Amino acid sequence: MAAVTSIGETPASTAASRPRGMHAGRKRRLNAFRYVVFTIFGLFFLLPLLAMVRFSLEGAKLGTWSVTAWKQIASYQGEGVPPLLSSIEITLELAVITSVVTLVLLVPTMIWVRLRVQWLSRTVEFLSLLPLTIPAIVLVVGLGPIYNQIQHYSLSALMLFWVYVILALPYAYRALAAGLSAIDVPTLSEAARSLGASWFTVMVRVIVPNMRPAVLNALLLTWSLVLGEFTIAYLLLYNNLPAELYAISRNTPNAGVIFSTSTAALLFAFVLLLILSYAGRTRRGRG
Amino acid sequence: MTAAPETKAARTAVEVRLEDLSRHYGPVVALDHLDLTLEPGELIALLGPSGCGKTTTLRLLAGLEDADTGRVVVGGRDITGLSAAKRDMGMVFQAYSLFPHMTVRQNVAFGLRLRKVSAAQRDKRALEMLDLVGLSVQADRYPHQLSGGQQQRVALARALAIEPQVLLLDEPLSALDAKVRAQLRDEIRRIQLDVGITTLFVTHDQEEALAIADRVGVMREGRLEQLAPPTEVYSRPATSFVAEFVGLSNRLAGEVRGGEVIVRGCRLPLVERDTPDGQVVALVRPEAVSLASNAPEPGTEAGSGPLTGTVIAITFLGATSRVTVDLGDTRVMAQLPTSEASALTAGSRVVLAIRPDPVLVSAGADPAAAVAGEEA
Repeated sequence: MAAVTSIGETPASTAASRPRGMHAGRKRRLNAFRYVVFTIFGLFFLLPLLAMVRFSLEGAKLGTWSVTAWKQIASYQGEGVPPLLSSIEITLELAVITSVVTLVLLVPTMIWVRLRVQWLSRTVEFLSLLPLTIPAIVLVVGLGPIYNQIQHYSLSALMLFWVYVILALPYAYRALAAGLSAIDVPTLSEAARSLGASWFTVMVRVIVPNMRPAVLNALLLTWSLVLGEFTIAYLLLYNNLPAELYAISRNTPNAGVIFSTSTAALLFAFVLLLILSYAGRTRRGRG
Repeated sequence: MTAAPETKAARTAVEVRLEDLSRHYGPVVALDHLDLTLEPGELIALLGPSGCGKTTTLRLLAGLEDADTGRVVVGGRDITGLSAAKRDMGMVFQAYSLFPHMTVRQNVAFGLRLRKVSAAQRDKRALEMLDLVGLSVQADRYPHQLSGGQQQRVALARALAIEPQVLLLDEPLSALDAKVRAQLRDEIRRIQLDVGITTLFVTHDQEEALAIADRVGVMREGRLEQLAPPTEVYSRPATSFVAEFVGLSNRLAGEVRGGEVIVRGCRLPLVERDTPDGQVVALVRPEAVSLASNAPEPGTEAGSGPLTGTVIAITFLGATSRVTVDLGDTRVMAQLPTSEASALTAGSRVVLAIRPDPVLVSAGADPAAAVAGEEA
């Protein structure tokens, strides 16, 4: 009887173990493939960054090391361009203004559309995503006459925020839309309304606090865009950080400060990303 | 859990009148000239199938939607033009509606904060309300740390914290499992009686409506078919729709003759005594059908009568069981004590009897669908 049971069990146990074995083998191969892909792409992205860091630390003689280029960030001034520090300031100010204007424009609009005029949502989405399909050069050509007028009143590079808001719209919209879809906006707002909240209170005290991660994501994307935007600033003859770095590279091709400043901007964006991610995670601690 | 005495009848209960309310969504009529009055302190449950207008009624009362025509009068004051924020009504929603970024205490105190109640007072009131729903120990938790039933209890506490004139409950139990639903249903009724607040409760669950309400309003296509105490809605349905929607009904062919209906040889009184003579379909409750005898001798009169048949299914419901009997040309459901039904098996021959309760009839209806009104 025992033998019968054993014989009877063997095929079943083999059949049961075979898929597990196959599964384990397949999983191993898949993992190996993942590591290979990860390594290749990691090298692809990291090597230029490491090279940039290395160049920023290049000494006066080739092959030597120095932190001079990093020390120069605060004081460097290329020929025929404003001080590097001022363009960094302007770029950061632009990032703040652009992100604030984008959020002030988009957040209430999107909440309102979701709550009251749902039928407009497709139109708002289309308009918000439209800048993605328009090349920067086309935007510049279209905006050229407007900026000619603007420059009559102000030459400040901060005026770039108008066009940067347009550029940031699609990214901010997608981030905010994801956040909005994660919460039951109609029910929360109706609950708040039934408790006596005005529409303003509903937005500020109920909806926005619940889409904090989405707002932070939109903020991050907007900042990343502004910190790296070159084409429009350059073509409209404004000096932001990327345009300044380009000008320096043209005048003094070996200046390590280009690399130190670029690396610093990259590190800044990375730290910002970490801060925003952390802020998004710890949101439940407050209310 | 103890009820906080301070909450009892915090305000004088008010009368609510919905007068001639209509609401259309394009060509669809959601509400068709509805008139409904809630007496002070009364709990009315609106019951009906999807799309019958019950939720629309509640939303119009809450001010979350605007009526096409009609008036909403609360405590003698016309509030038709007031926004939801100014209507002074507490509302509990079907979906979980607690603000996720606030603690339970902050949620309950939210309405008081908007009313600029001092921090100390709103904290005291929030804890009172949480005590009322038995959740004061969870005051500092976040909604995602609570179960569905607890969230709905907090939502109830939040709605009551502002001492509203009217409490509106929009299928608050439908997302909960059966056991929690029954517990919370009783809890809601206890609190409603304790606070003494005029309440409108919307549900599609007939058991819930019959268990909780002072009066049940059965709605169909934007109109009230019947508004009556639960026992009356069940035992004396005003229309065949109500009879079929509330509880189960056997649809049996019969003949009206002289103010009675004769169904398979049984004379039954009519709810509507002025029904004209003729062929009809009678709606007979399963609990009005009983077992006259089992195992009748084949070939005898009992073994071949119009109420003799074969058991084809027995559904255990707890104290009672539902027995489906095939009578040859139709099937009949009988609700029997389980002790009686357990003696039967599928295939048993039985003789049924019909208790002479007043029945509704629908003239010319097709009796083919033998059992109407699925239980929710």
